[in-house]
This record gives sequence, structure tokens and C-alpha cells, in this order.
Amino acid sequence: MAKIIKIGMADLNVANCPDILQTAGLGSCVGVCLWDSITKIGGLAHIMLPYSTQARSVGNEAKFADTAIPLLVKQMENLGALRQRLVAKIAGGAQMFSFYSGNDIMRIGERNAEAVKETLAKLKIKLLAEDVGGNYGRTIEFYTETGKLYIRTINVGEKII
Amino acid sequence: MSAFLELTESQLDALREIGTIGAGNGATALSVMMGKRIHMTVPEIKIIPFTEVTEALGGAEQVVAGLFTTTTGEAPCNILFVLPIESARVLVDILMGRPLGTTAELDALDKSALAEVANVVSGAYLNSLSGFTKLDFIPSVPAIAIDMAGAILDTVLAQAGTIGDHALLLETEFSAIKEKITGQFFLLPEQGSLEKILESLGVTG
Repeated sequence: MAKIIKIGMADLNVANCPDILQTAGLGSCVGVCLWDSITKIGGLAHIMLPYSTQARSVGNEAKFADTAIPLLVKQMENLGALRQRLVAKIAGGAQMFSFYSGNDIMRIGERNAEAVKETLAKLKIKLLAEDVGGNYGRTIEFYTETGKLYIRTINVGEKII
Repeated sequence: MSAFLELTESQLDALREIGTIGAGNGATALSVMMGKRIHMTVPEIKIIPFTEVTEALGGAEQVVAGLFTTTTGEAPCNILFVLPIESARVLVDILMGRPLGTTAELDALDKSALAEVANVVSGAYLNSLSGFTKLDFIPSVPAIAIDMAGAILDTVLAQAGTIGDHALLLETEFSAIKEKITGQFFLLPEQGSLEKILESLGVTG
């Protein structure tokens, strides 16, 4: 029987087949899912901000793209995943509000998605699929058995990548 | 370690006090605007880890109308007004002079009416905050999103995320009992703003 493992904002977790990793209500945050197709080990991080280097203090490593993804890889390796086999799917990074002021926070979704992609490239993890941007929230479920990522929204339906 | 966790009891009291008066002004403005009596609760200060934020607000997937105002000035803050979608519809019915239960989908005009509510309520709140602190808070035009509560909050909190791992939410609940409208009002100080507000109130330690 598959368990659903829920992950909060600025948090991450790993799971073995057939468990399901879920994070609800991604706005400007980005959900990063990593998967090893042989061991069927999966990991999911709910990333809030692009780079830890821009923060006053790092504290929680799961919060930033550049620290969360390496941490997720490490936890997956501890479970027995092989780094060279890992592939990624990502979703989120929306712009929920539009302002005229050009306030930087309004671009945070876009910046999060960019930072996630850069970090994945640096770690040589192939990005298989993405559903990022737009102006709507997403709830995602990552199935460790198949590597499929289910995406639910309020206004634009469901999707599997 | 989050600076929010180091707040003293007297600082928390001061924040609660400005919350009470600010939200009171907001509620009065809303009452006048709607021609209905609006009740409010005593504000609560919530200092919670990001990982628990959406749960604390009744679930990440609940559909809400989020009305978001940022302020510029010496101590930038964000104001978020959250209404469950059912309450937003009733509020629009009242504002547009429609019989209760008429509004289904919110169109552009309905959304702009809601934005005006946020404008008036935030303005009243900020006026009192300004009166207390002698700091200027210049509000932006409110932005509106109708979506999952979690998605709205994570966007608003991403800004606070550079400070620490906790969010400080000064939360007040509003309700119009007869019309079954409920809503929450949040004040979220940005990095450095909380210190300035507390300093101006004379409660630095």
C-alpha cells in the first residue's frame, strides 16, 4: 500500500517505491522531483528562494535551490539511489500577483525556476519535463513507482508530466 | 535562528496593540463601505516555521481570494487580506448591490471591487500604524489572486524567507455574521522593518 508523504513549504523528503511524495499549493515556489528509475527512489523539495548566497543566514538548507537540490541528492544516495541515474521534473514558479511597480518579489517564481535549472545543470541532472510559470497555483504528486508527476490546479485543470 | 523568536513579551504586546487598533480601523472602514456591521477578533501574533504555515491557515488547497498590498517607505510591510471564495462572492454581491448568492464567477469588475476593498481596509490599517510609529507607509495598488491558499501564501512569504525560517503573521479575523462573510487580515513586516517599527514604538528590548 502506497503512503502519501506530505512536504511543506521550504522542506524536502525522500521515498521508496511505491510511496508518493506530495506538496500542496505551490505558488512562486518550485517543486523539484528527482528519480532513480532502477531503484525507484524518489525525492521532492519545495523550494522557496533561488540562492542561499543572497540570504542573511542560510539556516534551513531546504529553502534555497542551490542548497536544497544537493541535500536532496545526498538523502537519495543514502537510501541507495545512484547519482548518475537521477533525472528531474519540476513544477511551480508562478507569478501569482501582477503589480505595475516592477517590484522584484513579483518575479520570484521565474527566478526560482531559473535557479533550479542552473543547479540541476551544475549537478549534471537531466531535466526531463517541466510545468513552470503562469499565474496559478499547483499541487503536485510524484509517484516513485513510475516517475510520473501529477499536477493539479484550480483553474487550468490537471496534467501529468 | 530567526529574529522573530527573540521578540520579548513587551514587544509582542506592542505589536498586538497596533494590530488591534489598525485592524479596528480597517474593520470600521469596511463596515462603512458595506453598510454592514463587521466584527473582528483580537489579533494574534503567529510566529511559525514556513513548513507549517499553510496548515495553520486551514489547508493549502482551499480556494481563496488573496488581496495583496505592498508598502514602500522606511519600514516596508506587506498586507494580505484573505477571504474564502464563498465570502468573496458574498462581499461582491453586497458591493455590487446584487441579491445575496447571485455572484458565481468573479469577473474583472468584481475583482476590481474587491481590490478597492483591500485598498480601503489596508489604507485604514496603515494610517493607524503610521500614527503610532510616525513612519510613512506608502501602499501599492492591491493585486488580487483567486487560487489555492498555499500558492498565495508561499508567494507572499518568499519575501520574508530571506529573513529566517519563520514567518511572523499579525493576524486578525473579520466576519459579518449575518452575511456569513469571514476573512483574515495579515501584516507581514519585511526584513529590517520589524526592528524599525519596534524602535519607533520605543520597545527595542
